[in-house]
Amino acid sequence: MKSNLVIASITLSAFIGASVFGAANEITIEKGTTGPGKGKPTWVSISGISGEALQVLQFDLYVQGFNFTNAQAAQYLISGSVGGGFTGRAMDRITQKVQVSKTYSGSSLRRQVHAFSDDFVKSLDRDPIAQTKIAYKHETGPNSELVIADFDGAGASMATRDGSILAAPAWIPGKLAVYYVSYKLGNTAILRHDLANGARKTIARFGGSNISPAPSPDGSKVAMILSKDGWTDLYVADADGGSPRRLTKSKQDESSPCWSPDGNWICFAAKVNERRGLYKVSPAGGEVQRIRTEGILNPTEPDWSPDGKWIVFTSMMGGFEICVVPSEGGQAIQLVAGEDPSWAPNSRTIVFARRQGGRRVLSLLDVETKQYKDVARISGNSGSSSQPSWAR
Amino acid sequence: MKTARLVNLIVIAAILAVVGTGCRRGPGYVTPLPGKKPGAIKDIGSAEPLTGAEGTGGGITGTPVVGSEGIPATDSSIYDNWKQDAEVLKQYTVYFAYDSSAIQTAERSKLEAVAEYLKTHTSPRTAVKVEGHCDERGTEEYNRALGDRRALSAREEIVAAGIDPSRIITVSYGEDRPAVPQSTPEAWAKNRRAEFILLTEP
Repeated sequence: MKSNLVIASITLSAFIGASVFGAANEITIEKGTTGPGKGKPTWVSISGISGEALQVLQFDLYVQGFNFTNAQAAQYLISGSVGGGFTGRAMDRITQKVQVSKTYSGSSLRRQVHAFSDDFVKSLDRDPIAQTKIAYKHETGPNSELVIADFDGAGASMATRDGSILAAPAWIPGKLAVYYVSYKLGNTAILRHDLANGARKTIARFGGSNISPAPSPDGSKVAMILSKDGWTDLYVADADGGSPRRLTKSKQDESSPCWSPDGNWICFAAKVNERRGLYKVSPAGGEVQRIRTEGILNPTEPDWSPDGKWIVFTSMMGGFEICVVPSEGGQAIQLVAGEDPSWAPNSRTIVFARRQGGRRVLSLLDVETKQYKDVARISGNSGSSSQPSWAR
Repeated sequence: MKTARLVNLIVIAAILAVVGTGCRRGPGYVTPLPGKKPGAIKDIGSAEPLTGAEGTGGGITGTPVVGSEGIPATDSSIYDNWKQDAEVLKQYTVYFAYDSSAIQTAERSKLEAVAEYLKTHTSPRTAVKVEGHCDERGTEEYNRALGDRRALSAREEIVAAGIDPSRIITVSYGEDRPAVPQSTPEAWAKNRRAEFILLTEP
């Protein structure tokens, strides 16, 4: 829906441009330039903004598919100033329409710029993301903790200090709360952690493994991988862990569940009849169906886009590649090297982990253009950040 | 839109509330941002401490699935206070092929030795924790599941050798606890393993 609107607005401005400049062929140039890995950046020019404000604005826009050029070549002209609050103005160069013109006050300069970039993105009928949060695993030495940060990595803070392994944080939709796996109690346990007050509740601590929690879109259920019955299988339970129900029964792999946005399917990575792939099953149980990922082997770590159209995943083919496939299955599209992707609420940007030397760093990828940029690290450069989950 | 969620909505709503009036005043209107984000996660770092006592069970009673062919897992909290010894059975660490949880023929005698140890050491009571581990050539959650399958494979063999399943608990560390933290084929081979931690009643 959203991307249709974007296409419409691009085509419209191309049409107006054509009528003004008499180059009728321009309209066709826009055709076929959307879709994962195929989109062209939207060109903007920025003037009058420098320092931290420029850095923040460029990051915000770059990871949402914008790129930067001069005022003669840009589709949108952004100007601004810092002093007594950030003032930002964005104008369509061709139509001369003022998209945004505002001065922001209060909080920090950083937040003011984020608010401006969100206003600009909204003026283009897109869902903004510059004031969202991410959760991730941060490993220092043998232990790992939960970190909550702004989507660009700024303002990161440790939410746990357990001194053990913490893994697979998963943001509960619409709540200031996450599920994750903790080894603090010896074996693995799945915890629900309320970020507003620090309250924690164990929702699964069966014998065997209790791993890979995935909350349903309405927050009423949680999918997870358990081995309480002797095999590593997919289960679904109430949000508090009650009434667990086994959805698969196989000695082979099942891992990394995620949900379709309508809550009708749980997608997971599995090996069925010696064939590794993405599969889906109804949370009510029933037949496991394959989601074809043509051209890609060993898919793992799926995440279903909030608009329902795509599943992003990691392929393990020697290295690790971020890939997307239509959610009904089909030709998979390889994007960039990396692993464990999580969609932003805009169904366009993802956060993922990249291996860099012996550690992992987080990066944001604009799926349409394949532009990506690393997020700010917590407390300098030490440690390894991975398994990000985008609040949505 | 269904996917617009509370976390960003809170902030956006606060801004929109003033933007609404801002539009009427036209360009130049000052949009105040809240000094502290509404819904700020201000108490980060104050996670409740976890202890075995608080964490056990979680009030969950799982219903066993009829027809399950796996050997139901043993609740590890039974052994929370037992003494752990990582050295006694270290020589029996079992190694696995890449991306496999099958017990290799050459490794089988180690599992029989673990079973033998448990048979001959019953006073004080003993049990074993099987830790499944992986090399770094899988993604993290894939490896956590693979490590689980490795630990379960080893457990099944020990049970087959005559040990009661209630004496064997399992845990998967995935790739989080490498034996050799390097990226070489030799290190990977050492990291794809199941280790045995002896548990002794206090």
